[in-house]
Amino acid sequence: MILRRFLFDRITETWMVTALVTILLLPLIIGIALYLKALPLFEIQNLPHLIGSSEWLPTDGKFGFWPFINSSMYVTVLSFIFAAPVCLLAGIYLTQFASKNLVRIMQPVMDILAGLPSVIYGMWGILIIVPFVGNVLAPFLNINSSGYTMLAGGIVLAVMCIPYMLNMLIEIFNTVPIGLKEASLSMGATFWQAVKHVVIRKSYPGIISAYGLGLAKAFGETLAVMMVVGNRVQITHNPFKAGYPLPALIANNYGEMLSIPMYDSALMFAALLLLVIILIINLVFRYFIYKTKTR
Amino acid sequence: MYLQNSETMTKQAPDITLKPKVTSIVKINNLNVHVGQHHILKNINLEITKNKITVLLGPSGCGKTTLLKCLNKLTDLYTELRVSGKIFIEEDDILNTQKNVPVIRQKMGLLSQLPYPLPISIYKNVAYGIKLKGVRDKKLIEYNVEKYLREVGLWNEVKDRLHNSPTSLSIGQQQRLCLARGLAVKPRIILADEPTSSLDPISSKIIENLFRKLKKNYTIILVTHVLRQAVRLADNVVFMYYGEIIEQGHSKDLFKNPKTEKLREYMLEGN
Ligand SMILES: Nc1ncnc2c1ncn2[C@@H]1O[C@H](COP(=O)(O)OP(=O)(O)O)[C@@H](O)[C@H]1O
Ligand SMILES: [Mg+2]
Repeated sequence: MILRRFLFDRITETWMVTALVTILLLPLIIGIALYLKALPLFEIQNLPHLIGSSEWLPTDGKFGFWPFINSSMYVTVLSFIFAAPVCLLAGIYLTQFASKNLVRIMQPVMDILAGLPSVIYGMWGILIIVPFVGNVLAPFLNINSSGYTMLAGGIVLAVMCIPYMLNMLIEIFNTVPIGLKEASLSMGATFWQAVKHVVIRKSYPGIISAYGLGLAKAFGETLAVMMVVGNRVQITHNPFKAGYPLPALIANNYGEMLSIPMYDSALMFAALLLLVIILIINLVFRYFIYKTKTR
Repeated sequence: MYLQNSETMTKQAPDITLKPKVTSIVKINNLNVHVGQHHILKNINLEITKNKITVLLGPSGCGKTTLLKCLNKLTDLYTELRVSGKIFIEEDDILNTQKNVPVIRQKMGLLSQLPYPLPISIYKNVAYGIKLKGVRDKKLIEYNVEKYLREVGLWNEVKDRLHNSPTSLSIGQQQRLCLARGLAVKPRIILADEPTSSLDPISSKIIENLFRKLKKNYTIILVTHVLRQAVRLADNVVFMYYGEIIEQGHSKDLFKNPKTEKLREYMLEGN
């Protein structure tokens, strides 16, 4: 009996440790595998050149990733600019001002939106956002545009991220104890002052981490963006022009262009870049959270 | 300036002559609170005497906290509560008034069951209410922060870390900080909702002693379910049971010969 107990403990313990180690090592293993696969590329071009160069001529053996990195960052930042304030305001409204019934209706709606496959967002983007950008917004601003643009990508991405970030923000705002708000009000704050001084302030670290997770998700999102962004290799800062984000590069070409020498190494390098950038986003936001928590 | 003064004088003059010395600062008439079908407070009629400690005593769930929250209109936060009746605070009918709510609330300092220091520094916690009142003069704020931290006996303990987060303080110190920031708003009344229930005996004693000292200048309404605390501190006692006031009176008379069976029971079990 005791022996069984002992064995049982030992087995569960080893099992848990193994599981933990696997989870911890997984990003490292993926990173190393990608690195090894990308290695041949480093032999013909050095890292700064790979990242900084805009020359993308795979048939000539020229791989410059800057257009893709640029597009990815552009679309992500665009979506963040659209989504972040909307989420913050909606989160505050839903947790502090809205009637309980509205919250009760919104909760399942957001869960459904957060769970929709990204291809549906892509379809919706093609049906609504692309024509809107191409036929309404661009003519209005006297610009010639097909609609398949980084702006469309940013909007679709923002809409995808909103339920995800909003869900997190609502949870964060709801953890602020009502006693804190009461304290602020009892000293003569107006309701809005109490929300500003207490709820938002107390939630700083949470808001930052929600934003960080949202950004990382947006940066890695592939399908929906790929469907509306135009996929053209070019450096531009014009939202009405097409872009070509990193994930789209990989998804579009893997398995098709592999007859070109070094192309598969290049795609592996793209994946590695994606991994590293998302890692950096996470680290930067962890640092911010640490900073605000210890302030 | 002169004109204004004479105007207010003539306005106030009849008040002063008509009403003899007002000793009750809060008057509650027919206060009822419902949540759905649940009748939380039933026909509450109560007068609170100035510069005394009035203890609201009763078992958990009898409506003490709700009654306290009615007084400074924190019930507004809970939209499911339906409040009716009249509450006069210094002659203001606060449930049916045009006056702005923050000004009414500033007449009362709140001390809750758990200390809730705001997520800002110790100094700013005390300065918070002062700034809300519109004071901008740094020197004046500084002076008042020190004054009220001294008043609750916290100054020497925190003077070297005023700009740290209050989370570094013990719970007992945090509760005194909350008292200090409440006093800094210069209220007339202190509302305390089981302020010692989360504290150790020594911190509780400090708070109790503070209350004895503070009643010279403030009216204190103290909620507790601890009979001994009520005996130690109360001038007046209001005994509540299931949303009703069962008995009220001077502490000495009430505890010496309780008139109702309920209070007698409560006293037996409490000792
Ligand atoms: N916002 C609310 N919604 C529903 N019920 C409430 C609410 N506030 C208080 N109550 C109910 O009212 C009763 C009195 O609560 P409370 O005033 O907190 O009692 P006490 O402070 O004496 O322990 C309890 O039965 C409680 O469940
Ligand atoms: Mg209570």
